[in-house]
Parts: sequence; C-alpha cells; structure tokens
Amino acid sequence: MQISINGKAETIEATTVLDVLTVKDIDPQLVAVELNTEVVEREQMPTTHVKEGDKLEFLFFMGGGE
Amino acid sequence: MEFSEEQINRYSRHILLPEVGGKGQKKLSKAKVFIVGAGGLGSPVALYLAAAGVGTLGLIDSDVVDLSNLQRQVLHHTPDVNRPKVTSAKEKILALNPDVKVETYEDRLTSRNALDLISQYDVVIDGVDNFPAKFLINDACFFGKKPLVHGGILKFDGRVFTIIPEQSACYRCIFKEPPPPGKVPSCQEAGIIGVVAGIIGTIQATEALKLILSIGQPLTNRIMDFNALTTKFREIQTKRNPNCHLCGPQPTITKLIDYEQEACELQPSAGVSVS
Repeated sequence: MQISINGKAETIEATTVLDVLTVKDIDPQLVAVELNTEVVEREQMPTTHVKEGDKLEFLFFMGGGE
Repeated sequence: MEFSEEQINRYSRHILLPEVGGKGQKKLSKAKVFIVGAGGLGSPVALYLAAAGVGTLGLIDSDVVDLSNLQRQVLHHTPDVNRPKVTSAKEKILALNPDVKVETYEDRLTSRNALDLISQYDVVIDGVDNFPAKFLINDACFFGKKPLVHGGILKFDGRVFTIIPEQSACYRCIFKEPPPPGKVPSCQEAGIIGVVAGIIGTIQATEALKLILSIGQPLTNRIMDFNALTTKFREIQTKRNPNCHLCGPQPTITKLIDYEQEACELQPSAGVSVS
C-alpha cells in the first residue's frame, strides 16, 4: 500500500495508524499524528485505519527555545 | 504622535514598503509584544522587533547568562555571563534602538502571573525551553485572547506556528498535553545548532510584525517545520480540533496548569521510597 508520510510517498504494510508507527519504530507518546489533516488521538491510533493514498504527518515534540 | 526626522531616517526602508508605510510604522511604534524567554529564540525576536521599531517589548526570564548560552543567544555577550538575562537583553535592545520601551520581569511565567502579564500586550512570543511553559503560554493566550507565535527548536530542527485564539488551531489541538517527563530530550541534553534558533526566531518576529501590521497571511492552521541539515521546510496543514480540551466545544481545561509542579511532585525525592 502506498501512503504519504511527512510529504514523502512510501510503500508500507500497515492496517492502522499504530501499525505505521510500529513499522517506523516511533513511540506513539513522542508524536502527534495527523491523518489527512485530522489529528488522530493517541487512544484511537490502534483503531484508526489507513488506506491507499492517505496522507500521514508525524509531528515530533520540539520543546527547546532557550 | 509624529516621527522625528531621525526616526523617519531610521525606519525609511520600512516606510518605503507600501505594506508598511508611515501608517504601518506608527502601528509598530504603538505595538506591545511580550517575549517569554530571553534566550535562543527570544534573542533574534527581541533584536529584530526592536530594530523594526516595535514600541514596547516585554521580556520575562528568570535565568542568568551562562557561557554555554552564547553559542546561540545573540542578545548576550561574553561580559554578560552570570548577569540576569533580562538586564543584558534590555541593554542590547536600548543600544540598538532607544525608541523602544523595554519592560523586564526577572521571573518565571507561572499560572499566577501569566494572565496578568499577557493582558498588557498585543502579541505573545513563545521562546521558552520546556513543555510545561509552552502549554502554559498556549493556555494563557487562549484565556487572554491574545495571538501567540509558537516556536520550538531541537538539534537541527525548528518549528513555528501562529495561533489566533478561537480562530485557528491552538497548540493543544495538535499536542494534547506535554510528553511524559524525561521522554523528549531538551536542547541541554540533545544539543541545538545555534543558527536554527536564529532562523526560527526570525520567522517568529516576522509573524509578529505581520500580525501588528495586519498584512499577508499569518502562519495559522499550518505548522512550519524546518530542518537545517536538508535546508527544507515542511508545511503541515492543520485545523481546529473539535476534541481539543482547551479550545474545543467541550473544554475540560478551564484554568491554567503548572505542569512542572505536578511533575516535580511526582518525582521521588531523596529518602522517600517509591514502590
């Protein structure tokens, strides 16, 4: 299945948002996820399905400033 | 208020721009911007806004200048080490532009002082280095209905995001709550390439100027992430989250939260056993 991750087309075997995070080795606690511009709540990651052509954006926490 | 000949000369390159002009320059001279954190992001923001002729700059920071700050915090110079950051900052701002009124607060922004301080300004800049403060600023700007220009940096990455309360997505629409303490490294732990603070801070200053002048399109409902290694900007479209605990239709956050305190309270202190 081909989806867009952070603007890049990627072929990935995954059913849910959580699957994608697992394949990409990303801790769900460390990112905010948008699926087609909608924020996916962390609790809904295991049940939110991804399909061909979906656009996923991972936003990592960035806490610096000083 | 009329500009002096000297001021017309100082701001001539702004006044030449049809989007600014004399009228816009006057708006800038009447504007008040509150900069939270006089460090990596706060430095370029304060310097550029001062140079631009923003009338009042408020700066809050409780720290003193450390030698390790000088790699990126361009407001502070070597002789400033161990001096309060706000004192050092005020001197540099006034040296650059004596027209600017500088209000300094050698303090931390907390749930007790945030709303009062923010209410005195038109635009707020997030230049802090920790998540509890970033959420506090977001929440205070929502309650105080003040536009906020969020900034974040880490290693070679940076992020800018403008928030207009009740009109555009807020920080909590995307990031519901701070990450678990210790899970995300800070710049102190992971490092930061100094120039990224300059790039992100300069974009924050640009956003503040646009908001004051009411020109262009603000960076609302889109998040701008920058990576210095690839020199690429990534724009992430976003929108208000109907489940947002702060600005959604069913808010659960109705007052300011001092996360840091909670985190400290949770940490086992010496001599106390935690099973």
